[in-house]
Amino acid sequence: MGDNPYIPYTTTVQETWYETGGDRCIKTFKVTLDDQKARESWSHRPGQCAMIGVLGTGESMISISSSPTEGDFLRFSVMKMGKVTQALHQLEPGEKMTVRGPYGNHFPLDQWEGKHILTIGGGIGQAPMRPIVEYVKANRNKYAGLTMIYGARTAGDLCFKEEFAEMSKNEELSCNLTIDVEEEGWEHNVGFVPSMLMDLNPSPDNTIAITCGPPIMIRFVLENLKKLKFADDQIYTTLENRMKCGIGKCGRCNAGELYVCKDGPVFSYARLKSVPEAFA
Amino acid sequence: MKAKLLNKEKWPDFVQKLATKVILAPQGDVGRERFMPLPDGQAPDMEYKNTAVPPKGAAFPQTETLFRFALGKDDLEESKPSEEMILLGVRPCDARAFTIIDKLFQWDQDDPYYVRRRAQLTTIGLACPEPGLNCFCSSVNSGPFSTEGLDILLTDLGEEYLLDIITDKGQEIVSLTADLLAEAGNDDLKKRDELAAEAEKKIKRSVDHQGIPSGLPGLWESPIWKEVSAACLGCGTCTFLCPTCHCFDIQDETEGFAARRCRMWDSCMFAEYTLHTSGHNPRPTRRERTRNRINHKYSYYVDKFDVIACVGCGRCINLCPVNIDIINILRQVKEAL
Repeated sequence: MGDNPYIPYTTTVQETWYETGGDRCIKTFKVTLDDQKARESWSHRPGQCAMIGVLGTGESMISISSSPTEGDFLRFSVMKMGKVTQALHQLEPGEKMTVRGPYGNHFPLDQWEGKHILTIGGGIGQAPMRPIVEYVKANRNKYAGLTMIYGARTAGDLCFKEEFAEMSKNEELSCNLTIDVEEEGWEHNVGFVPSMLMDLNPSPDNTIAITCGPPIMIRFVLENLKKLKFADDQIYTTLENRMKCGIGKCGRCNAGELYVCKDGPVFSYARLKSVPEAFA
Repeated sequence: MKAKLLNKEKWPDFVQKLATKVILAPQGDVGRERFMPLPDGQAPDMEYKNTAVPPKGAAFPQTETLFRFALGKDDLEESKPSEEMILLGVRPCDARAFTIIDKLFQWDQDDPYYVRRRAQLTTIGLACPEPGLNCFCSSVNSGPFSTEGLDILLTDLGEEYLLDIITDKGQEIVSLTADLLAEAGNDDLKKRDELAAEAEKKIKRSVDHQGIPSGLPGLWESPIWKEVSAACLGCGTCTFLCPTCHCFDIQDETEGFAARRCRMWDSCMFAEYTLHTSGHNPRPTRRERTRNRINHKYSYYVDKFDVIACVGCGRCINLCPVNIDIINILRQVKEAL
């Protein structure tokens, strides 16, 4: 990328797999940067994003769903939605994906050391939180605990299922899965994510809650966290908006005076609650 | 630096001497003027009020190639604009607009394309003794004889142009054309000041922006946004022709196997600007988009860069097909504070 932030890195797709099926299926890509120097100098933190794309089609801002603690590859989980994501979905191992970044701020995991981490995700909203889970797992002695609530419409819409099954065996990590309606063979909770949060009734003591998911879910999760007496600065979320440049120039991703690409995507509720457009 | 005089008889020679660089000068039919490369041997008409299209494209082209590539190959050929250009006859409001968008293109991380073009740009301005009907530069921290963003300011003294040399780049122009120039006397400077004072008095419209930057966010749910945007067609003229609007889109274009990634002006007044792929739009109607446009210019930009992103050129008023008037909007904002 050098001095020109618009010139992307070339990466090679190493592995791909589908997380979910259907028209809007989610495919995960594991990629490595081709240039050795770039690979060595690349560093990102959980919560950051990258502009990924296919030359000739375009780019989309996607959260990096791997933690740097996992190795010198990057993972992206992409829902097939529009022109760029459809082109990305056609990529198979050995093919090229362009990557610019990393962009944006990150979860303040250093500040959260010693605390209990509670992630509350819905659907593809789990992607930006997966690196938190991985990071805390890799630095387990630095955190008081990790509780995860994750829900989707159906069992087939849950991402990272095998990883969570593995995690559930580990008693230090509490993994709580839920789906919207009853399904044959489903052994976990049935109900919406905000209600599951109330059922679990987590204590706000020494805890940080991070939520990401559809806007309607976030709204009710925030309400419920307040009912559970979480303070505004104990609650974090990530915003997403349409982006083109990723470096605070093209204009469109602002929520009020904040550029989601530079000031975000990670915000504390204490910061966001006075930003009128934040939950638009 | 001392001011110079150029007799108008020598104007064509002066322009000829500058022609080692690309000269961008106002051209086109009345009402459709824009800055375009001046054909060889011609001297520009300097009688125009202001161009319909602002000169921002000299540093931020309407469409610009970022890099070229061939489909199926990984090699990217970066586009590196390298032409030195002179904006000749740029009005003070438009020159000042460059200093405002400089901040955006240079904050945090430089935009290499803009920065390169801007460094290669010399601005020779033309003072405005007869401001337009909807000019309000003097109430947004500028004026018809402002030198901000200019390398040289020309003032029409009748038989002669007075040249105020503002920067080193301006001094280079003076060195290049020294044999055509005479020293300006105190009388000439006095005459310039008189013209400036008269011009200020001729400006009939104004904005009282005191308290607006800090007060605007508090008017988020005010009914004024629906009122002031009711007539809006969403055509985007107000933003495309705004000298401080800098928003852009990035697109890939292909022709056969040849391809380029380019960027082009975009507008916050378009629905697609913020439309998510899911169909969700955080700014679903013209009410939200108009509110964002005014907040961006008069509040967010002030917060971030300490300057209003409006130079009072009046284009968005003159050229709006349904007569939406930013001065009226700001007056209503002021009353609602």
